[in-house]
Amino acid sequence: MNAVEVNHISKRFLKEKSNVDALKDISFDVKRGELFGLIGPDGAGKTTLFRILTTLMLANSGNASVDGLDVVNDFKEIRKRVGYMPGKFSLYQDLSVQENLSFFATLFNTTIEQNYHLIKDIYIQIERFKDRKAGALSGGMKQKLALSCALIHKPSVLFLDEPTTGVDAVSRKEFWELLRQLQQQEITIVVSTPYMDEAGLCDRVALIQEGRILQIDTPKGIEQKFEQPLWQMASDNMYQLMIDLRGFDEVKSCYPFGQHHHVVFKAGTDVAAIERKLLERNHHQLEARLIAPNIEDCFMELMTTTAHESH
Amino acid sequence: MKQFLFFIRKEFLHVWRDKRTLLILFGMPLIQILIFGFALTNEVKNSHIGILDNAKDDASRAVIQRLEASRYFEVVENISSNATLEPTFRQGKIKMAVVFPVGFQNELLHENKSTIQLIADATDPNVANTLVNYASSIVMDYQNDMRGRLDLPYAINTELRMLYNPQMKGSYSFVPGVMAMVLMLVCAMMTSISIVRERELGTMEVILVSPIVPMRVIVAKMVPYFLLSAVNIASILLLSVFVLDVPIQGSLVLLVSECLLFTVSVLALGLLISSAADSQQTAMLISLMGLFLPTIMLSGFMFPVENMPIPLQVISNIVPSKWFYYIVKNVMIKGLGFDFVWKETLILGAMTVFFLAVSVRNFKTRLE
Repeated sequence: MNAVEVNHISKRFLKEKSNVDALKDISFDVKRGELFGLIGPDGAGKTTLFRILTTLMLANSGNASVDGLDVVNDFKEIRKRVGYMPGKFSLYQDLSVQENLSFFATLFNTTIEQNYHLIKDIYIQIERFKDRKAGALSGGMKQKLALSCALIHKPSVLFLDEPTTGVDAVSRKEFWELLRQLQQQEITIVVSTPYMDEAGLCDRVALIQEGRILQIDTPKGIEQKFEQPLWQMASDNMYQLMIDLRGFDEVKSCYPFGQHHHVVFKAGTDVAAIERKLLERNHHQLEARLIAPNIEDCFMELMTTTAHESH
Repeated sequence: MKQFLFFIRKEFLHVWRDKRTLLILFGMPLIQILIFGFALTNEVKNSHIGILDNAKDDASRAVIQRLEASRYFEVVENISSNATLEPTFRQGKIKMAVVFPVGFQNELLHENKSTIQLIADATDPNVANTLVNYASSIVMDYQNDMRGRLDLPYAINTELRMLYNPQMKGSYSFVPGVMAMVLMLVCAMMTSISIVRERELGTMEVILVSPIVPMRVIVAKMVPYFLLSAVNIASILLLSVFVLDVPIQGSLVLLVSECLLFTVSVLALGLLISSAADSQQTAMLISLMGLFLPTIMLSGFMFPVENMPIPLQVISNIVPSKWFYYIVKNVMIKGLGFDFVWKETLILGAMTVFFLAVSVRNFKTRLE
């Protein structure tokens, strides 16, 4: 039995008198003990999917189960078993760290002492602020407290909706290390994030865009499916370089990526000839290098192909 | 059970830590009672009047003396002629002028009748009316005293007795009204805001994904405000007895239990509002417009219900504070027992059950 099963879930919202499809026929499974990532930009439908799985919303069609329980019929039982951390900081700002934690422990009919081993690694980092009001914590500490509160009743499945959004780079790294440790406690974790660089930290990821799942695989598997050669290019005038490259017929796609542009050429293109053309157009310090694609490249590629298909 | 008690504790912490709101919650009843009791009153006391005495004889002086002696009037202006009468009114120096005709006493003694003119500033019709009535009755008193000497054949005297409120004090009707208003604000507005706040902050999302039964969330939210209201009821009653001198004529137990019944019905109304409102501002607006205004306008506290147009009278029946106001007035001021208010209590009780049932049914166990 899978920890989470999603079958053909669709969800439509009525927004300003027109229907908006938040989720379009989504299906996937999450295996027990897996760290599963939902990767996609804002507005992709991640939060809606989380709310359906945590029984907070009803889907228009399709069915889903968590821990073998149906999200519609067995919602009461699911609410006892799962841990949920919404995207927005959802603890009581006027209660202290300690009070928040003991409130959520009692809410789930347990105590901090009983499950302290679960949250120890996380809580130990915020314990010295235990009398501070939750509203006065920093972003990273808020997330750690929220995670502690979601974990205190030893959930079988943990849903984390964008836990690292708005958190500094160091805290993000720490947070993912914590998730890795939690996996060893036999807790299935479903986590969503808009940051592509976090995808590599999951066991498996689903790339989601405009309510559709583009691909589901291990991070490695997704990268391997990128079959064309990927070039990393730069020159002294990056903006002009992108305009020029996009002007060439041989260029299939070109998008900025950090300090370089990532470029995919159509099959059989002579890259050396392209370089010569660019030099003629007054580009200096031109560099072009073949690189291995990462998840973001795959995502960009998938986005353009699905956009073409749906038009 | 422990879960439930902890929830209540949490609610108390919210209320306790929000010091500003706490101050308002406890300060408001005190201030309202004092304002309504002392400042906003439609009693007429020490009104400034002017005298235009064209007679200047014993009779006119005797009447003026009586006017001055009463606590209703204070003679501030002796007007010399008809020409200065109007300017004095215009300057706002006086509310009423008493004009004696030339030869007042002579007319009275020889023709057996004379006329005193009362001129009142009717920009505030109620005050003008009251002043004229007071003045007339003082003049009547004088006439009766004279009559005692003259012994006229026929006379019908009216003897007035103001039951339940012999001194005609405004605070007698304000205390029940203020009680209804304060409970409306504390219970309905604060409960609805506290539930909507959880939804706005997103904490409701987390609470919903937990084993707690929604009914318990609702009750736990009500408990702190119920206790707060009990404190407010006590402070209002103490203030009205010891500061405003409004005695509790009826049974204290009955009065307090009626107050608590009303508190529960208003708490349920607050819940109902919270299920309709999507932001704290909306909750506040709905409570003010939907509950506070009807309490002031339609409960009979400011304006008598019997004098309203029929449609408004019908609407006033669905305002819980109308029934509460009626009950408190009868129990507290008139000293009536349960036999006289059981019907109203039953209506209020039925409303409470209805509101509770609807709000529990409407409580959303999901986000939509």
